[in-house]
Amino acid sequence: MPGAALRVSFLAACLALFGALQAAQAQSMVADLSKRLVAITAGFAGTDVLLFGAVEGDGDIVIVVRGPDRPVTMYRKSRVLGIWVNTAQMTFQRAPSYYAIATSKPIAEIAPDVVRERHEMGIDALRLELPTAKASPNVARDWRRGLIRNFQDSGLYGKEVGSVAFLGKQLFRVQLHLPSNVPTGAYQVMTYLLKDGHVVSAQTMPLFVSKIGIEADVFDFANQHGAYYGVIAIAIALMAGWLAHLAFRKG
Amino acid sequence: MQIYLPIAEMSVNVFLLLGMGGAIGFLSGLFGVGGGFLMTPLLIFIGVPPAVAVATEANQIVASSVSGVLAHWRRGNVDFKMGAVLLVGGIAGSTFGVGLFSFLRGLGQIDLVISLSYVVFLGTIGMLMLVESLRTMRQRTATAGKRRKLHQHTWIHGLPLKTRFRRSKLYISALMPLAIGFFVGVLSAIMGVGGGFIMVPAMIYLLGMPTAVVIGTSLFQIIFVTANVTFLQAYANQTVDVVLAILLLTGAVIGAQFGARAGARLHGEQLRGLLAVMVLAVCGKLFFDLLVTPDDLYSLGVAR
Repeated sequence: MPGAALRVSFLAACLALFGALQAAQAQSMVADLSKRLVAITAGFAGTDVLLFGAVEGDGDIVIVVRGPDRPVTMYRKSRVLGIWVNTAQMTFQRAPSYYAIATSKPIAEIAPDVVRERHEMGIDALRLELPTAKASPNVARDWRRGLIRNFQDSGLYGKEVGSVAFLGKQLFRVQLHLPSNVPTGAYQVMTYLLKDGHVVSAQTMPLFVSKIGIEADVFDFANQHGAYYGVIAIAIALMAGWLAHLAFRKG
Repeated sequence: MQIYLPIAEMSVNVFLLLGMGGAIGFLSGLFGVGGGFLMTPLLIFIGVPPAVAVATEANQIVASSVSGVLAHWRRGNVDFKMGAVLLVGGIAGSTFGVGLFSFLRGLGQIDLVISLSYVVFLGTIGMLMLVESLRTMRQRTATAGKRRKLHQHTWIHGLPLKTRFRRSKLYISALMPLAIGFFVGVLSAIMGVGGGFIMVPAMIYLLGMPTAVVIGTSLFQIIFVTANVTFLQAYANQTVDVVLAILLLTGAVIGAQFGARAGARLHGEQLRGLLAVMVLAVCGKLFFDLLVTPDDLYSLGVAR
């Protein structure tokens, strides 16, 4: 049972953390992930990563996971001669390719607007900038909403704020879900400890999402040796067609 | 059972892909078309990025055309000379088409062009085929034996570079099949189809080829044109997903064999009528999608 194993390792890790916490008084929060590498293999259909940690004293926890920033091009359709056509285009210079947030209490009760914006806590606080010359604030807002909606529909931006569960007063955990279409790259998992609306402690952990094994080999080969890849793809198709013909000729 | 497709970058059920391949392979064997005009929209529908769907489908059509052409070859239904001329045009056309595809993708208009091409070409061909097959069926019951002339003389016969195509019983200008080959090659690259649904009627109505050799010859040249598209898409755009192609073609080559056997029991006019109905259905669906207000006016551009 992977669940049970996870729970045992979680408890063991929490005990270790607890020890670490008592040793280092200055540090008021520690956290870790159940794995630092998410391997996309042939059978990959999304995965869960467990984040767990411990705090010293009171406080609220905010966890933000973001995928590598990328430029994002978007289109807007309008009706031309009765059919819907992409008529406008806009490029955001950077947007996280994945974004999820989890908190121990509703975010509005924990952090004031200033803090949320500074740390990009929550989808509303994401800094998604358009070239100001190209879009007035009203127009920019529509594009921004469009981007968030599209990313949410594809499952790459969390639709809801996850909840961080406290076990007793000091231990916390949250299950982070990565869907099957997660982009690859170096993710950042930020854990913030807030007290009275201030960030008193923060920790950033890397999380790598990468293709492993045959998936990675195929992808790399396709990108680095496109010509050979094409020839092999054709050869496979020719062989398959010929084999099928042989197999069915007698029957 | 889920499998992760390395180039499409998504996870799909293996049996869904095998089933899609099998069903469309059956239809392609039945009608002697590549089946791309059904498979590409279906792949896009299940969420495969259009660029990957078009390129991968070209790869899959190579396989189903090979197994199809071998069966026709044994029956002597391939006009290799005609095939070669069509093919020269097809290679040039598909090379141009892959370039056009990349250009349109950069403009963000590739989805629209794919849909519009489907609507225009499937709509036209489907209507023509339906009218023709209905008329033939009615004629056969009314006047049983009115002999068709072997060929009619039109302006096409005035073009230079006249060539004899023995198997097709034709003596026509090579320019005409060259032009048809080029045009279908462009469509092949943009629409992710073999182009059989354009090529077959063009051979019958424009070139006047006998129906018996049409399917084998069209499959013969489709192998090379789709192989060219596969190579160029893999080289220029890295959009050929071999894992997806293998799953689809496994289903398709098997399905095609059964389809070809079922097709031998049906009359030509009935086949043409059925194909027309199917072509019009796909066309209607895509046209409807262009007209209806989309759920979200904003959409993400291609990542690569």
